[in-house]
Parts: sequence; structure tokens; C-alpha cells
Amino acid sequence: MQTWQKLLIVAALATIIVIAGTLVYFNYLSKRRLIISTTTSLYDTGLLDELEKDYEAKNPSVDINIISAGTGIAIQHAKNGDADLILVHAPAQEKTFLEEGWGVNRKIIAYNFFTIVGQENDPADTQGKTTNEALRNIANYGGNITDQSGTTKIWISRGDNSGTHTKEQSLWKSAGYNYTLISAEPWFGITGSGMGDTLNVANEKLAYTLSDIGTFLKYEKDDITSEVALIDEAESLLNIYSAMAVNQTVAANQTIHEKINFEDAMDFIVYLASTETQQFIENYGKEDYGQSLFFPAVQPLVDDAPQPVVGWIEKAAFIEGSDCPAKYRVGYPDLYD
Amino acid sequence: MVDILGGIIEAFQLIVTGDPMLYGIVYRTLFFSGIAVILATLWGTPISMLLGLREFRGKSIVKGLFNTLIGIPTVVLGLFLFLLFSRGGPLGFLGLLYTPGAIILGEAILVTPILVSIMTTAIEAVDPEIMKLAKTLGASESQASIAVLKEAINGVLLSNVASFNRAIAELGVALLVGGNITGLTDVLTTAISRYTARGDLDLAIALGILLMLIVFSINIIIIAARKAKMLLTIGKSPQ
Repeated sequence: MQTWQKLLIVAALATIIVIAGTLVYFNYLSKRRLIISTTTSLYDTGLLDELEKDYEAKNPSVDINIISAGTGIAIQHAKNGDADLILVHAPAQEKTFLEEGWGVNRKIIAYNFFTIVGQENDPADTQGKTTNEALRNIANYGGNITDQSGTTKIWISRGDNSGTHTKEQSLWKSAGYNYTLISAEPWFGITGSGMGDTLNVANEKLAYTLSDIGTFLKYEKDDITSEVALIDEAESLLNIYSAMAVNQTVAANQTIHEKINFEDAMDFIVYLASTETQQFIENYGKEDYGQSLFFPAVQPLVDDAPQPVVGWIEKAAFIEGSDCPAKYRVGYPDLYD
Repeated sequence: MVDILGGIIEAFQLIVTGDPMLYGIVYRTLFFSGIAVILATLWGTPISMLLGLREFRGKSIVKGLFNTLIGIPTVVLGLFLFLLFSRGGPLGFLGLLYTPGAIILGEAILVTPILVSIMTTAIEAVDPEIMKLAKTLGASESQASIAVLKEAINGVLLSNVASFNRAIAELGVALLVGGNITGLTDVLTTAISRYTARGDLDLAIALGILLMLIVFSINIIIIAARKAKMLLTIGKSPQ
């Protein structure tokens, strides 16, 4: 046998060792892995890190692995069997997701409000307006600026199919615009990346953008952005976060989905919905920002509390009158009592 | 506006105090890239020996291919491997996606072209007489090849260092197949992108400084190695 042939055999062996080592480690030696695919807004506020620490301390045999991406890729992860649980904020996409059989046991966990942010001088005059009026003013302002070369941007969009991007598209639609057409305007910028990056670009371009409140407050407090919240706490800006377990029994993908860690995923959803965790969520960030970044949704929905926001959530995110219709539930009846 | 100076000062504090999370990321980066380069060297050496020492049909095409692949965008390779390793993909049954193993394999594949190209050039630069001489002295084909490899040792080391440099500074593969999972698959580049997005700029700056320190040290090693090689050649020169 020649030298290069011997070397190739050694190389093949080494490759196999790396693969086998990874497999053995994750299947036998490590803790049980719970892969959560989540939206950037939950992750970037640091809330999930705290919840992860707390949960792992209470459940030492579980190792939570968080992949932070948009709602779009989170759903893709679930379809491919690459995640066990998804935390997202796009009710329409969630409904399709359940209907197509990819996920089960949806639970609405928390809510907050998106906010339209921009420069304090507010050149397009949005403050105090409804979102529809504000977007119309922004579009008119953008259409009338002298520089139409595409250098000057008035509105910055995530453009990444995330929950925030989905929300933005529906806001433009509700204001009477065709999103495909408006997004092609020279004053309309698209980053295709996360909330933090998009806020940075909006700040740089002195443009308006739609942000989740958590990421924005953090950026505002750390003086990373000079922009201010111009519109918030309107029904149209409601942002609702849900957890869904990935279905373990997808007929089309049986061999792939049977490897889903369903038990731990459900245990984590039950944990998120527990009174203690809900309280934790409400308190998170209060000290740093002077206001809650997320509000608990579980108890107000159970109580059908009188605040208008409860009605808004039911209107925007309920499917056939509940978090999760009975046909999309697998076990865990206590979760829906 | 962003307080750059404050960020840098806080960054140095984190570096000096030996923040365990920070050094965990550094350790993982060095470990993943290190194993990746070892793996690529194991694949790359026999390929380079074939390309450098033998004549066969299509050799120039293969060499051209490796040269072209040096510039492959990391994010494209990352996407390709993501589709391959995803549970729904062809290699999904291995369960490699979002594990350190996936990053190591991905980075090994990423650096193989640069490694093979440099190593092949180094082997080709060795005087062919050495192979002949070794054989005349009774060396077998294998022993003669190894003699050539020894002569090309500087080039071999350079190929390793350049590969390590590429692996440590890349973002696309580690992000897409590693998933940037805290404490498991986050490396310097992906962690910088995460902490920038989160607005934790002091951490991002600290990680950036560490990454630059590592890359600069590597380049200093390359320069030193080149100088040493030059001195060696002058020393050997018969004139």
C-alpha cells in the first residue's frame, strides 16, 4: 500500500471518530437536549437566558439549547425536526402550522406591544396618530423627499419573515398599501436581519422602523440608538408570544419526527405557563427599564379579565375560541384548564 | 451614540478579570478550529502528495478546482451543510446539526482547498532530485515521498497556519450548522454577532479584541516562519 493510501485511511478514520464522538456524546453522555428555536426579540432581551438558567437548575438532567432566529426559520426548524419547541409571535403563521400538523399544544405565554420608533423631530408627523395614519404620513413623506436615488431611507424593514416583519406587513396592508409595491420604493430600506441590526440601521439612516419594545428599550437605555418610541400600546401593535411543541407523530416524516424530545418540550411549556414563571416574566426588566418588557398572558386569559387587552389578544391570536383547539392537543389537559 | 471608548475599557476589564464565559468562547473557538485543521491536514496531505508528485489526466483541472474553492463564501458552504445535516436532509440521520461536530466538519471542509493549494505548491517546489536521490539510496516509494514532505515542511506548516486563520475568522459555517448555542457551539465570530445584536457592545468588543489578538499572533508566526525559512535557505546555499 502506498503512503497516500495509508494517509487517506487515517483521514477517513479521524473523520469517523469526530462524527461518532459527537453522536455518542449527545446520545449517551450528555444531558437530555431540548432544542428551542425562538424569535430574536425574546432571545435578545436576555429573558430566555434567565428562564433557561432557572429551568436547568430545577431540572438538572435537561440541557436547553436555544437557537435564535426569526419566526420563519423557527417554523422551518420544526418542519425539519431540528427543534423540539418553538417560541414565536405570528398568530397567522401559528394557525397554519397547527393545521398542517407540525405542532401541537399551543399556549399563549406573554404579550407586549410593538412600537414605531423614529427620530425625535418626527419629520413625517406620526406622534399621536393611529398606526394607519402614521404609516400613510411616512409613505407620503418618503414619496416627497428630494433624494429618490435610494440613498435616503425613511422606513427600515426587517424583511426576514420574522414575527416582527409579518406584523409590519399586516400594518402596511391595513394602512391601505400593497406591501410588495411599497417595499420596492427607493425610500424603503430592508435589512434582512435581526431587530438589533435593524434598529442600528434605522438609527444610522435617521429612519422610522417597527420594533419590539424589549429590544428597543434596551437599545434606548444603553444609548445605542437616539430614536424614540413614537407610537405604542395600540391594538394594532399588540405582540403575542406563543409556545408550541413540535409534533412527534408527523405521518409524512415519521422517522425524523419520532426523535423529537416531546416530553421535555411539554414540560418546558408547562413551566412557562406556571404562575411562578409568569410572575418572573412580568418582573423581568422592570428594574432596568422601569417597565415590564413582557406581560404574562396565561392568567388574564383564563380569568377573561376585563382589560381591553384581553379582548384584543382573544381577537388576534385565538384559534376557534382558544389558545389551542382540542384537535391540536396531545395530552396535558391541565395546561388548558 | 455608541460609547466606543467606554466599551473598549469595559472590554479590557472583562479580558483581564478572566470572565469565564468569555474564555469559554475562546477555548471553543481554538478547539473547533484546531481539530478542523488537523482533520483537513489528514485529508489534505495525501491529496497534496498526489497533486504534487504524480502526473495524471485532469490534474490541472483538480488543482484549478482547489484554487477556485479557496474563495468559497463561508455562508454558502454553511447553507449547504445546514441542508445536508438538517434532520430532514440527506445526512440528517446522523443528528449532527447544531453540535460541535458539525462545526468541526464544516470548518475542515472550508479550509481544505487553501490547505491543499499551499501544500501542493510547497511539495512541487521541492527539488525533484531529492526524490530520485532517496530512491537511489535504497528508499522505497513511500520513504521517498516522506523525504519530499520533510523538505516541504515550511510550506506544510504555512498551509496549516493559513487554514487555522481561515477557520477561526469565519462566521457562516459556525452560525448555520452550529446554531450559536450559548456554552455549546458559540465561537468568537458568532458570539460577536450575537452580542452586537443584543446591544451588549462591551462583550462584543472584548471578543473582537481577543479574535484580533489571535489572528495577529498567527500572522506574526507566519512572518517569523518565513524569515526562518529564508535564513535556512541562505545557510544551505552552496555559493
